[in-house]
Amino acid sequence: MPIGTAAFLLFSAAAILSGLMVIASRNPVHSVLFLIAAFISAAGLFVLMGAEYLAMLLLVVYVGAVAVLFLFVVMMLDVDFVELKQGFLQYMPVAATVAVVVVVELIMAVAVWTAPSDAEIARAHPAPRAPEIVADPAGPNNIEALGLILYTDYAHYFQIAGIVLLVAMIGAIVMTFRVREGVRRQDVARQVGRRREEAVELVKVKTGQGI
Amino acid sequence: METVWNYLTSRPTDAGWANWLVPTALQTLALMVVLLVALAFILLFDRKVWAAVQMRKGPNVVGPFGLLQSFADFFKFVFKEIVIPAGADRTIFIVAPLITFVLAFAAWAVVPVGPGLVVADINVGILYLFAISSLGVYGIIMGGWASNSKYPFLGSLRSAAQMVSYEVSIGFVIITVLLLVGSLNLTDIVESQNRGMGFLNWHFIPLFPMFVVFFVSALAETNRPPFDLPEAESELVAGYQVEYSSTPYLLFMIGEYLNIVLMCAMLTILFFGGWHSPIPWAPLDSIPLFWFGAKVVFFFFLFAMAKAIVPRYRYDQLMRLGWKVFLPLSLFYVVALAGLMVMFPGLAEHFQSWRQ
Repeated sequence: MPIGTAAFLLFSAAAILSGLMVIASRNPVHSVLFLIAAFISAAGLFVLMGAEYLAMLLLVVYVGAVAVLFLFVVMMLDVDFVELKQGFLQYMPVAATVAVVVVVELIMAVAVWTAPSDAEIARAHPAPRAPEIVADPAGPNNIEALGLILYTDYAHYFQIAGIVLLVAMIGAIVMTFRVREGVRRQDVARQVGRRREEAVELVKVKTGQGI
Repeated sequence: METVWNYLTSRPTDAGWANWLVPTALQTLALMVVLLVALAFILLFDRKVWAAVQMRKGPNVVGPFGLLQSFADFFKFVFKEIVIPAGADRTIFIVAPLITFVLAFAAWAVVPVGPGLVVADINVGILYLFAISSLGVYGIIMGGWASNSKYPFLGSLRSAAQMVSYEVSIGFVIITVLLLVGSLNLTDIVESQNRGMGFLNWHFIPLFPMFVVFFVSALAETNRPPFDLPEAESELVAGYQVEYSSTPYLLFMIGEYLNIVLMCAMLTILFFGGWHSPIPWAPLDSIPLFWFGAKVVFFFFLFAMAKAIVPRYRYDQLMRLGWKVFLPLSLFYVVALAGLMVMFPGLAEHFQSWRQ
């Protein structure tokens, strides 16, 4: 078995297993940790596909930042398992209805689905699979290739995505921002800029009198 | 000798997996052994510097000048009992120090210590380093949470917020270096600083403010004083590692110090020309490992001095420094540098002339 196949089997098995454990484990913190394991396995699969830049980005953005905040919130929650299980039977009919509706919708969607013509063409000329991909030192690497497309053909979409993120960020700040009265703030510039004359006063004290 | 060296370094991928896997494993093993032994002496060096600043002698009993102190400490840690607190999440409690330890070593896979001396010379080396160092926060959070106790939990929350905050500015500093280099490969980053003028070509000259930002952020990222709030002993006893003893504690400590040395290596590679000698003269250039080691030790000395002479920050001041000072500064530098390189193509040509 070539090493690429072995690695593929390892990573995909890890991804599926940890994905299952996300919904199967009872402790929400364990769920988040398994979610992180799933992300890391997915990053491994990206590397096998030759998309090392995307793999690293997945690690940096999702695992390094988003999942940390996620874990943060879940750890701070005080989850009471007894309370969670209390209304189980009461909500059961609603949950069952939703599940049935979703399953039926999925079946209907899959039933009418036909492969688009592009996919037929792609199937006739299969793309090289992971072990067959050979590095092309002369060609542009991952990042160059992405950059060449992203900043030329898709420059407008790129900017629109940036604006959307900016608006979302401003929205989050506006929603959580409160002006509080009576808060004493530290002004570092003023502290550093303070002169000796403002701060220290020399007084000649007469003996036995005090100030 | 020659054949052994060739076997270890060639690593053909098309001649069966054994010819590829065995040399890689041996390389990894060699790197780990060297790192661990070097770390033992670097720990001692840290304590000696600290002691010297405070006019003490430092460890001086075990071996000549206390040279074997770290090994004595190692055996002391290993032979103690592992205490797992009642109510702790046992699995995560044990896994957390392992994660810190393994990630600290995994990052070293892409660090080039000399010309061609790197276990994995990957295209996205610097991103890999950045990703691994951002994963490092998990060991701390998991350790603090699994202890099921107040102080470790508070310590780990502080540490997570601190590491995530300072990663942002570290990321932008790395981008400024990448703008000058035009490649994410660490070997390329080192080679780009060798344009025939010795240390005058190193990136710390055009990027001096970014070098300072990176150094201070590295202090915060590795929870070193003056930013060691996760383990501020005056408030939190010892932060996330209160409940740890024996080998798990040792793993945490080794991981932490290895991360510090890694940050020193990153400073060396990004700003100080990696393994190149400061003066381009053939006899000096022929000892690349010495230059790399000397630069790393020099930066570690700076880390140790910062620990010895700077008082601890308050937490809100730490956050202010990260978000309100470093982030705008590094963001401005990225935009200004990118703009300058577009405006004056000669500048970009000058910095990327290593490509020929």
